[in-house]
Amino acid sequence: MVHFKVTDREDVSAAGSFVTLLLSLIAGLLVIGLIFLLCGVNPLFAFKKIFLGSFGSWYGIKESITKAIPLILIGGGLALAFKAKFWNIGAESQLLMGAIFGTWVGLNVDPTLPSMILVPLMFIAGFAGGALWGLIPAVLKLRFAINEVISTLMLNYICAEFLTLLIVGPWKSSKKFGFPYTDDLPESAILTLLPGSRIHTVTLVLAVIAVVVLTVVIYKTRFGYEVRVIGENPDAAKYAGIDFGRTTLLIMAISGGMAGLAGVGEVAGIHHYLSYPDSISSGYGFTAIIVAWLAKLNPVLVIFSGFFFAAILVGGDAIQISLGLPAATVDVFNGTMLFFLIMGDFFTKNKVRLASDKERA
Amino acid sequence: MEDMNILISVAQRTLVAGTPLLLGTTGEILCERSGILNLGVEGVMAVGAVSAFIVTHHTGNPWLGLCVAMAAGMLVSIIHAFASVSLQSNQVVSGLALTMLGLGIAGLLGKPYVGKPLAIKINNLAIPGLCDIPLVGPVFFNQSPFFYLAIVLAIGAWFLLEHTLLGIRIRSAGENPKATETQGVNVSRVRYLCVIAGGAFSGLAGAHLSISYSKSWIEGMTAGRGWIVIALTIFALWNPTRAILGAFLFGGIFVLQYLLQPLGISPNFLAMLPYLATLLVLLVGGIRDSRRLNAPAMLGEPYRRGER
Repeated sequence: MVHFKVTDREDVSAAGSFVTLLLSLIAGLLVIGLIFLLCGVNPLFAFKKIFLGSFGSWYGIKESITKAIPLILIGGGLALAFKAKFWNIGAESQLLMGAIFGTWVGLNVDPTLPSMILVPLMFIAGFAGGALWGLIPAVLKLRFAINEVISTLMLNYICAEFLTLLIVGPWKSSKKFGFPYTDDLPESAILTLLPGSRIHTVTLVLAVIAVVVLTVVIYKTRFGYEVRVIGENPDAAKYAGIDFGRTTLLIMAISGGMAGLAGVGEVAGIHHYLSYPDSISSGYGFTAIIVAWLAKLNPVLVIFSGFFFAAILVGGDAIQISLGLPAATVDVFNGTMLFFLIMGDFFTKNKVRLASDKERA
Repeated sequence: MEDMNILISVAQRTLVAGTPLLLGTTGEILCERSGILNLGVEGVMAVGAVSAFIVTHHTGNPWLGLCVAMAAGMLVSIIHAFASVSLQSNQVVSGLALTMLGLGIAGLLGKPYVGKPLAIKINNLAIPGLCDIPLVGPVFFNQSPFFYLAIVLAIGAWFLLEHTLLGIRIRSAGENPKATETQGVNVSRVRYLCVIAGGAFSGLAGAHLSISYSKSWIEGMTAGRGWIVIALTIFALWNPTRAILGAFLFGGIFVLQYLLQPLGISPNFLAMLPYLATLLVLLVGGIRDSRRLNAPAMLGEPYRRGER
């Protein structure tokens, strides 16, 4: 039996952790290839299709940027929550709540309002929707000690059914030939696109500004300091006089609110009406978990990891169509990558060597 | 007589719907008592469901399907055991990774089998003599073998945890791993064992869905049951006998959906019920005892050998 001795690495160099990250990604890709092989899919062909699907054409690149928008917004918010070890797994439904609130404003507030007023109102409503939905698990945790992983997940299922209830019921359009969609948003509520693409520029700019601001907040303000202390050592936070409740509520309002913004972007930028949960979000809330993790919970780095995983989503769509693979294929990617990222984390933080006989005894 | 038949049918379906929940919860309790939080249940269930289906489809032997589902559940759970025990990584993240991976692999493997019904499934087993008792007989003694298995395993797990040396070791690994190690018990080995055993339970729960409850494979057929299992573990206060009660209570809520639909209540609202109920149950638990009596003290905390 081989024994290993694990010790803390005292100095973690930036270059060292970058190389480890790169190696984990490569190892992850190898294992994904192996899984493909075992499931009867030629991995080289699949990887080629994924790569060409996302980077092989201007269309693919533009689509990757389009899908990166919600991932950056959500991933940034999750990075904040995860930093405080608040496990928000509910971004999927916080996005949907944002979409619901934003759509309501777009459809019911005076459509003759200019875009300059209507669009900001929709984003504010969407932020509020996502934030309120994100506050529920925070309150449940603070007041009733309910595990946030469970509550955020249950709220995902509840919200998806609620949205469907709206579009098949009271919000269903009479003009859509019986399809369960809402009315189209008025012209003034629709976001302008970058010509020749589906990139809704306003949301992209909003996302980039949001993660930059969030990074400054985390590393340069008292609130950010409190978030980091709570995450690293909750007991120390208590002694340092940090208001755990207030900080948690604020974290979840921001985290949920950013997912809500993403929801408004999807509806007002791409779909132009509310439809089934699966078509509003293709699992952005879950993919963003890995996006945040790959960025080492640094919101600015989420811009890059968000684009990386958006490209995988676009490439994943391409192989679903060309190889007839199921939607879950992208879960194989996400799960494996996440696992290799935590493994990489371990080797960044620890030294591993074979134990000598003396240590074994 | 008509009413009586409806009552019997509802009770029967409640037990059927509760069976995978009980199997999964028993496994998760074993795992969590040893100190490891496994959020991968949903994914492992999916792997169990698909592997049971594929094996049964090709061999025509659902019992072989059941065994393979258990083995597959154990195999994928090793990943979580490795990450959380050997790498001492964050168990929330690793569990999520396992769920994603499990759902993905199940989707990939199952794709060619979507829409193909099984020719044979595991049928109900009527227990001679007992199944003839009026009312009780048809409800409790004419059930899927998975149901009997779930009850026996839950009671067995309770006995193991409360009345055996191994049980003491499992519990102390979850309560105070350092002290356990000084007693000469290999905490890592105990935790590995529990995570892998938990995987077998989740695999079984998945197999129940695809080769007994229904006889088909559909992507997403676990439908959040794995997450309800994790909530039920808390509801059961980490006690397998209490899990029996919780699982069948939730089975009843699943059946309630179909009972209320003819009354004109929105099916989408009814579909929310199990998830709303999960929150409600935790809420009641939280109000009753916010300190969460009985939770293993070191649940979710990585343990490094030799740190004394």
